[in-house]
Amino acid sequence: MLEVDCRGLVCPAPVIELGRRIGEVEVGGLVGVVASDAAARIDVPAWCRMTGQEYVGEEAADDGSPRYVVRRVS
Amino acid sequence: MRSPTLRTLSEPGPGLGGGSPGKSDRWGGRKVYFGGVSTETPGGEVEPARRVYLDSASGESLHPAARQAFAAALETAYADPRRLHHAGRSARLVLDNARAATAEALGVRPDEVTFVSSGTEAVHRGLLGLHRGAARTGARIVHTAVEHSAVLHAATWSGATTRAVAVDATGRVRLDDLDVTDATVVACQSANHEVGTVQPVAEVADLLDGASLFVDACASAGRLPLPERWSALAASAHKWGGPPGVGILVVRRGARWRDPFPEDDRAAEHERGFENVASVLASAAALQAVVADRDAENLRVHALVSWIRRVVGGIPDVEVVGDPSERLPHLVSFSCLYVDGEALVTELDRLGFEVASGSACTASTVEPSHVLAAMGALTHGNVRVSVGRDTTEDDVARFLDVLPGVVERLRARV
Repeated sequence: MLEVDCRGLVCPAPVIELGRRIGEVEVGGLVGVVASDAAARIDVPAWCRMTGQEYVGEEAADDGSPRYVVRRVS
Repeated sequence: MRSPTLRTLSEPGPGLGGGSPGKSDRWGGRKVYFGGVSTETPGGEVEPARRVYLDSASGESLHPAARQAFAAALETAYADPRRLHHAGRSARLVLDNARAATAEALGVRPDEVTFVSSGTEAVHRGLLGLHRGAARTGARIVHTAVEHSAVLHAATWSGATTRAVAVDATGRVRLDDLDVTDATVVACQSANHEVGTVQPVAEVADLLDGASLFVDACASAGRLPLPERWSALAASAHKWGGPPGVGILVVRRGARWRDPFPEDDRAAEHERGFENVASVLASAAALQAVVADRDAENLRVHALVSWIRRVVGGIPDVEVVGDPSERLPHLVSFSCLYVDGEALVTELDRLGFEVASGSACTASTVEPSHVLAAMGALTHGNVRVSVGRDTTEDDVARFLDVLPGVVERLRARV
């Protein structure tokens, strides 16, 4: 999984980073956005819906920060 | 039934007409500021000939009928309406007249109407009064997840346990998630203030199982008829072209409502504090005028908003949120991927277009809009556009001309 570290960044920066870097994984591959900004919990799934990617779910990174996992499907 | 004619009493009250309390040397000291903000902009671009106000959902411009009524009432209705002297009776007549006109325009009884200082206060009193009135039959306040923050804060302040009812992707309350166990009151707005979706209040009323229904109608009152079968309801005059500072609380006769705040030695149950009589009359005048014209005006603004929805929906990576058909006629909300909402508002303002944003991207401590979050809608890059009485087709055309370029430029900056 490609990890995109967005700790300390505020919206819309985490989603901008996700959009920039999704192309670095193959179709079927995973990207994990680690973000401290509360809006990412809503905006990462919304980004997936709007751009046709798959939202896999939320898990915790090693330091407890939420990690939002996305599968590239196109 | 003929509408009550709004009277302000043409005869001057005692003590009026002599002297001139308005002379500027009377008070001395600091001057009251009457000016507007500077139109010079940091970007240095030339302002367009006419600024375009697209935020009527926050505050509609004062209706000419309100202006006229306000000026007349200031002359005659300054005294305490509870006093028995001539000036007091003059104020009382104006107040009762405004109450009758307001009740008639809203389709309720005059003795159900209380004038308070804002929509927020009407929400607080309405919701908390129903909660208190049902204290023996329940302990919980239930509300939709997309209520105005005034409802959420009042519920929290009450100390009661609360439960939020989920909404679907359009912001419409999900009836299958409505659990009224142990509920004193269920709060369901008439329509959502951020995204415009009209709520199925009548269907909620079918599922109360003894709980009272509170309706925050601030977003729709005046523009749409009130829903039915609630116990208490809140409205706000500046949303329909009345002055700010007038909230309207309607408590149905027979509702289980007990004043949640300290008692007030006033003439009647439905009176609280010394009313802002001139503003209350202005509010009633605006409401009458708006209700009389609303069928045609709603068609006009509905078409303008449909046009905005269509064009905005065609901008890449922009999502129009809220129900496309079951909606308020005058507002639309949309979210733009990869754009900061505040930057959008600032750039549009620089170009002469005044819009609101539901996004809070400037500080990491600020929570995203709870309305957009509950819908699962993109919370950043959000803009709410609302057209009003003064908005023209040309205004909308110019807005739609500049918007795609603004979004594109802001995206290129990041």
